[in-house]
Amino acid sequence: MGGVLLRGFGWRHAGRRAWAVRGVDLRVEAGERVLLLGPSGAGKSTLLSALAGLLPDDSGEQEGTVEIDGLDPRKARERVGIVFQDPQTQLVMARSGDDVAFGLENRGVPTAEIWPRVDEALRRVGFPYPRDRSTAALSGGEQQRLALAGALALRPGLLLLDEPTANLDPDGAALVRGAVTGALDADTTLILVEHRVAEALPLVDRVVVLEPGGGVRADGTPDAVFAAHGAALAAEGVWVPGHPIAPRTAAATPGDLLLTADRLGLPPRLGPTDLAVRAGEALAVRGPNGAGKSTLALLLGGLLKPGVGRVTASAELAGADHRAPPHRWRAPALARRIGSVFQDPEHQFVTSTVFDELALGPRRTGQPEAAVKDTVAELLERLRLTRLAAANPYTLSGGEARRLSVATALATAPRLVICDEPTFGQDRRTWRELVDLFADLRDAGHGIVTVTHDADFVAALADRTVTLERQ
Amino acid sequence: MISIEPVAAPGAPLARRNPVAKVAAALVFSFVLLATLDPVAPAIAIAVELAVLPLFGVRYRVLARRALPLLLSATGILVTLVLFAADQSGRVLLEAGPVLVSTGVLRTALGLVLRVFAVALPGVIVFATTDPTDLADALIQNAKAPARFAVGSLAAFRLVPLLGQEWQMISMARRARGVDAGRNPVAKLRLFTSTAFALLVGAIRRGTRLAVAMDARGFDGDTPRTVARRQRFGLADTLLIAGAAALAGAALTTSVLLGTFRPLIG
Repeated sequence: MGGVLLRGFGWRHAGRRAWAVRGVDLRVEAGERVLLLGPSGAGKSTLLSALAGLLPDDSGEQEGTVEIDGLDPRKARERVGIVFQDPQTQLVMARSGDDVAFGLENRGVPTAEIWPRVDEALRRVGFPYPRDRSTAALSGGEQQRLALAGALALRPGLLLLDEPTANLDPDGAALVRGAVTGALDADTTLILVEHRVAEALPLVDRVVVLEPGGGVRADGTPDAVFAAHGAALAAEGVWVPGHPIAPRTAAATPGDLLLTADRLGLPPRLGPTDLAVRAGEALAVRGPNGAGKSTLALLLGGLLKPGVGRVTASAELAGADHRAPPHRWRAPALARRIGSVFQDPEHQFVTSTVFDELALGPRRTGQPEAAVKDTVAELLERLRLTRLAAANPYTLSGGEARRLSVATALATAPRLVICDEPTFGQDRRTWRELVDLFADLRDAGHGIVTVTHDADFVAALADRTVTLERQ
Repeated sequence: MISIEPVAAPGAPLARRNPVAKVAAALVFSFVLLATLDPVAPAIAIAVELAVLPLFGVRYRVLARRALPLLLSATGILVTLVLFAADQSGRVLLEAGPVLVSTGVLRTALGLVLRVFAVALPGVIVFATTDPTDLADALIQNAKAPARFAVGSLAAFRLVPLLGQEWQMISMARRARGVDAGRNPVAKLRLFTSTAFALLVGAIRRGTRLAVAMDARGFDGDTPRTVARRQRFGLADTLLIAGAAALAGAALTTSVLLGTFRPLIG
């Protein structure tokens, strides 16, 4: 059960000129554990959707054939389970047990069998709560474990995991990987898409690398594939183990004070916190989920009103507004002085093209149009977005959207830049570019505050770390 | 934030009734009351509603909080009628410039306000005592509603509380981008519209992803669905609906006997 056979498979989404995936020949035997790799845009997610039978005939054009146990995937849906990246959009019901039961109801499993199978699936993924636990009260890692239980309860021969840990903090990701390890039967086939290779390797025995232009570049055991293709894959953005990135520590000592937080807090989200940010310094804020890191970023960014304590901007940073705290500044003045990068890039998009998105800040802060054009052209070039200048920001890939959201915050040249999890779910290439970009800014005398779970990012960039405690 | 969680003591005898029966009883009770314009029948109905409240396990304070929006609309009705009613019959109680308050106006206004409460309270009580999942289950099993509609709405409903947080994030992100409206009402309206649009775009994208995830678990399949949670519709549920009809009928009859009955039509 769960064997996969692709012959010259290709798929082009309706309305697109380029093929999302093309020329793939691949045979996966039942019970194999495969890590599917490839640079951004190689078509990994499209391939998983095809295997899950989630590409309707009328949604695009197909080449070649794809079979699950000799059947068209659209007719073999009962044999396949899939878990996606975003926990919020794959849980259906309000109570955890009901959510696992949802798939069983759809498949017409008799009522008497449903609850034993729900309990079994919850046990296999190590779900620590009773069935009636509210799905909204679960952490991201727990929600993904529940989503996995929902897929496993249907006893799929083939389990597809599409970056199931990309949206999770390290603890949550470890939780999900542990659940996958513990929950799989020996004869269940696994195909996993994940660009954090080191963490995924214990789960797999075979690596398949897709070529962005079409076809399969490499296929074999992890050792063989990475010996032959490791360096190239690392350069293209795959997190291949054994290819460390050189850290960028500060070239000079920090300069003047830019922003001070005195007993700053917003109960119950954040307890009183003291903090100072200097020019030419990269400060990392770490701490467990629920410690209020994102809230701190919003408070420092002048976007939320403090509940207790205060934020004071130095005269150099505040300019004409030195009597008022940042949250009282008008938006254009704020954008000129403090740039904020949000965790979800899409929250920040206001216009309908990448160019306008970058031009918005400079225009709002009153730059002449010629200067705006120069600023935008430079940012587009620096963040490899030039060819996307006319694209709609909502159509960008994860890495492109992240680069754009950082670029929009930089467009108004703020002295202080505050980022919330800028490296979440990013491939190695974008990750390295972000490190370089922030390091360059710091060395040019900007202050950088990064709220992050990413220990590698902290090691590569931060000059100083502040750790928050859980509330 | 709109609260959607049930707040009743789950063991209360009427709260435990089948959700479809509760909705039907509320509809029957409300519709009968719509037939009259007089203040007596709705007043009796409200008395009945408040009297049965303990049987639903809802505390009076909780009901008062949930019914707060009703109070606002009732105030609106009162003010509008007092200021603009054409029928200024009866004794004049107050005359201050253009404002003229007469007993006739007050009687009409009182009737309308009581009607608003009498008709809306059953709905408030039902939703305060009904779990959305149970309602969807009962709609499918007892009212033969299509599962695609009932479960689909339920799943969409689960995403509603996210919209509030999302709105706040989008607003803050706009401020960070240098976009605010200041005191200019036109700019405020434009900012509101563009924030709402961003919220809508996000909601549609999330909805689409959720739909794909649901289909991946067989929601779009041809297999007849089974049910994990059985909802029973028994004698007690039929009696609840019959009781609601009887009580509403009694309120109307009393109004007719007292001579206050004013039919909506005719």
